[in-house]
Amino acid sequence: MTNHWNDIENSDCVLAMGSNPASNHPISFKYVTKAMEKGAPLISVDPRFTQTSARADIYAPLRSGTDIAFLGGMIKYILDNNLIHEKYVKAYTNASFLVNPDFKMPGENNGVFSGLVENKYDKSTWSYQTDADGVILKDPTLSDPNCVYRLLKKHYERYTPGVVSNITGTPKDKLIVVYEAYTKTGKPGKAGTIMYAMGWTQHTVGVQNIRTMSIIQLLLGNMGVAGGGVNALRGESNVQGSTDMALLFHILPGYLKTPVASWQTLEEYNRKNTPATNEPKSLNWWKNYSKYMASLLRAHYGKNVTLEEAYRYLPKREDGQDCSWLTLFDNMYKGKFSGLFAWGMNPACSGASSHKVRQALAQLDWMVNVNVYDNETGSFWREPGLDPSKIKTEVFMLPCSAFMEKEGSITNSGRWMQWRYKAVDSPGVAMPDGDIMTELFCRLKERYEKNGGPLADAITRLTWDYGVKDGAGRVRHFDPDYVAREVNGYFLEDKVIGGVLYKKGTLVPSFGLLQDDGSTSSGNWLYCNSYTEKGNMAKRRGNEDRSFIGLYSDWAWCWPLNRRIIYNGASVDPDTGMPWDKKNPVIRWDGAEWKGDVPDGVAAPGAGRPPFIMKPDGVANIFGPGLADGPFPEHYEPLECPIEENLLSPQFINPTIVRWDEVGTGTSVDARATCDPRFPFVCSTYRVSEHWQTGVLTRWAPWLAEMQPELFVEIGSELARLKGFKNGEHVMVKSVRGEVEAVAIVTDRYKPMKVAGMTVHQVGIPWHYGWVTTNMRKYVHGDKVPEVFTGGDSANLLTPFIGDPNTGIPESKAFMVNVERKGV
Amino acid sequence: MNVSRRGFLKISGAVLASSGLGVSLKPVSAYAEPLKIAYAKETTTICPYCSVGCGIIVSTRGGKVINTEGDPDHPINRGALCSKGGSVYQMSVNKNRLDKPLYRAPYSTEWKEVSWDWALDKIADNVKKSRDESFVERNGRGQVVNRTEGVASIGSAALDNEELFIYQKFLRGLGLVYIEHQARI
Repeated sequence: MTNHWNDIENSDCVLAMGSNPASNHPISFKYVTKAMEKGAPLISVDPRFTQTSARADIYAPLRSGTDIAFLGGMIKYILDNNLIHEKYVKAYTNASFLVNPDFKMPGENNGVFSGLVENKYDKSTWSYQTDADGVILKDPTLSDPNCVYRLLKKHYERYTPGVVSNITGTPKDKLIVVYEAYTKTGKPGKAGTIMYAMGWTQHTVGVQNIRTMSIIQLLLGNMGVAGGGVNALRGESNVQGSTDMALLFHILPGYLKTPVASWQTLEEYNRKNTPATNEPKSLNWWKNYSKYMASLLRAHYGKNVTLEEAYRYLPKREDGQDCSWLTLFDNMYKGKFSGLFAWGMNPACSGASSHKVRQALAQLDWMVNVNVYDNETGSFWREPGLDPSKIKTEVFMLPCSAFMEKEGSITNSGRWMQWRYKAVDSPGVAMPDGDIMTELFCRLKERYEKNGGPLADAITRLTWDYGVKDGAGRVRHFDPDYVAREVNGYFLEDKVIGGVLYKKGTLVPSFGLLQDDGSTSSGNWLYCNSYTEKGNMAKRRGNEDRSFIGLYSDWAWCWPLNRRIIYNGASVDPDTGMPWDKKNPVIRWDGAEWKGDVPDGVAAPGAGRPPFIMKPDGVANIFGPGLADGPFPEHYEPLECPIEENLLSPQFINPTIVRWDEVGTGTSVDARATCDPRFPFVCSTYRVSEHWQTGVLTRWAPWLAEMQPELFVEIGSELARLKGFKNGEHVMVKSVRGEVEAVAIVTDRYKPMKVAGMTVHQVGIPWHYGWVTTNMRKYVHGDKVPEVFTGGDSANLLTPFIGDPNTGIPESKAFMVNVERKGV
Repeated sequence: MNVSRRGFLKISGAVLASSGLGVSLKPVSAYAEPLKIAYAKETTTICPYCSVGCGIIVSTRGGKVINTEGDPDHPINRGALCSKGGSVYQMSVNKNRLDKPLYRAPYSTEWKEVSWDWALDKIADNVKKSRDESFVERNGRGQVVNRTEGVASIGSAALDNEELFIYQKFLRGLGLVYIEHQARI
């Protein structure tokens, strides 16, 4: 989230699209309701009439997977009716930048941007015109035909209400009602917010869904202001923190890039990753890149080795090598891994095309599964129907502590880092994850010290001072307080910066003081300032709102630098420093300094420094040349869809996605069935309030299992009538990859839609279930037997093995199924 | 009188139904409420489920969780919780928690309970073997790559930040490049 949960209250219009906060983030709805009480309309756009829709002022249905068409129409509406926040757009975005005249857009180029070679873009035409000094040419009047603003207008000219309605299935009048209500927030002083979740990310155009909305937020001047922003409602309590801490193949902590083979030295790595700009007034914050990398290397190896050596130890991917989720499981399926850690994860139910995942696990020699309860991943070898005596995988299922049995911090969607304390001991001999990690590390270190091995130093020289040590120098118990301090970072030697002496061993007060010479450490530069000499900021409990806009700046801590609303430098008039919105000011210039939230990116008013300092050019990108699939979002159909053509262009699906169904394994787990009469209904997975993720924690909680006991498929009453289904009867939901048994829930929440002149039915299915907690399996002595059984298996047995070209996130929100009576 | 919570609700419901508006339950609830967490130790925490980050107070007595409820001082939830957050009591008081390391040998049909020492030693041996067998110091072009190709890791958004940091440090120290988790799906 660029903003945070309490801030939703400040909004003048709340759009929930690709999310269902009333059900899936229930407490967030407190703030939606407060905004509504002050007069903000709530708009719900969803294929299904959800709990959020039930409270909304405006509900618009759309066909799953057509959000870009829907929002592209809104961009056209904004530009046609000149509803932009003009001063904001001119000062804070790249709308005035002149683009390379050779750049071509889908409307004039067979549905693709210029530069497509097979499934990759050569982006050389996605560039700007520059003067002799390399400074980008601009047209502040926004009238040059090659300026971003004009190109945007031209690109979305094609997204007329008629075409959009034909694609999305949303009635034309509903489109206009939504556009009209939301775009009122383009007026200076008004703010609109977007609440989105997996309904936007889990598509082959996932990133571009969010990009489309980002463009709208920029055109309307809604970024950086109270009640605005682009807000991802994340699904797990610490998925923000786990992303920040980089349990991902492509990043290191703090969003630094993982090294690749061609960056052989630290110097080369820094050169390739430190952006440069010729824009004279741009701050270009990432110019500090090398300081954050050096500090991270120090947090890994301390002063045991040189920075250069520490960099050499880091693993390097091949240039362009993808190691993301789908590739990982495809490789596992093909027998390329001998071992797997499945730590606090249940991929046998959460992985797209779960049959493939489950078969992949059987190719491993060993797997370590750490969890709170028995689950379908650790127990995959005894799934009903499998013969364990034919499965080679050696499995360790390790019991870990639950959250109230250990201490440490988590970071919520609004970037608040909050500390949790230990209330009770773990059951039996279960251990905190940090202790399990420490034990494993120490054992490996001992083995490499004793027996050696390739590049043993990379392991033996890691620092691991995370608790009180015994006589042999080994940490006996993991203490998160030590790590919290290391993540913040230390001065490793006495250092004078700006005339101030910082003593060796003291905590670095802010990432502005991190160094690239090896004199500072920081496990994650974004968290520098979270643990200062005053103490652990995440533990703070000051709950007074001194800001009057709900910043709660004394509660816990928020990255970066306790800044509660990021990009807030754009919330003020660039000439005066006065907030666009006088009633909800995030920051304001009092003549000498900035007051309010921790200011972001601003210099003194009138100085002309563009405030989006994480962008090299200093402005927000309406034209975004960094993505794999285009600088402007373009509608493409989902990999599996009910219509045979893209009504906007000859290019049917996203041309840049990586396909497994064509080049892959040749088995049913990768198959695709689009416009296939065997699978006529659009399906989307979704969640219910009572369960979490694969249900790995909630299916074992009797109260929750009792409330939502069984997998169901939600079917509209018209479709049920056509198929002759009765509410409550058991049916089979089938895709080309698998099938699950579910209870048919017949509701009026799904309505047939008119798409391209056809009637299209959609169904929905929650993905919280799995066979381990059912009574359809054998329980043997020693097995945990749920107090309340649940019914059904994972909805991901149906979902396609395909992902977004930028992120690799699977397309679980739009695929094709059939629903049949059991036994047919 | 020994009355369970459910029984109490039944009785009070019956009282309400029979006496209409004439009866106030206040003295009864004022008596019943403090009992539950009397002499309990309160510990603050944050909900483990979605990412709203609601505050929860865990009350313990004698080393057991006796109650969990929303933290009224927390600026986001102000004491409120949803159905999931309201049920975290059952994550602590639950006879089905994994409480011992389990081991399944290749081709075996059953779990075996094992000690931590045995399991961790065997895992460490496995990791070392897999790493050493699949470690690539230089790629085909002679570039130093120092990566372990035969081991992958997934997880976890359920870990604490401090655990996440040391986990990625451990994995990258081992040379893993296939490191993924929930944020990708």
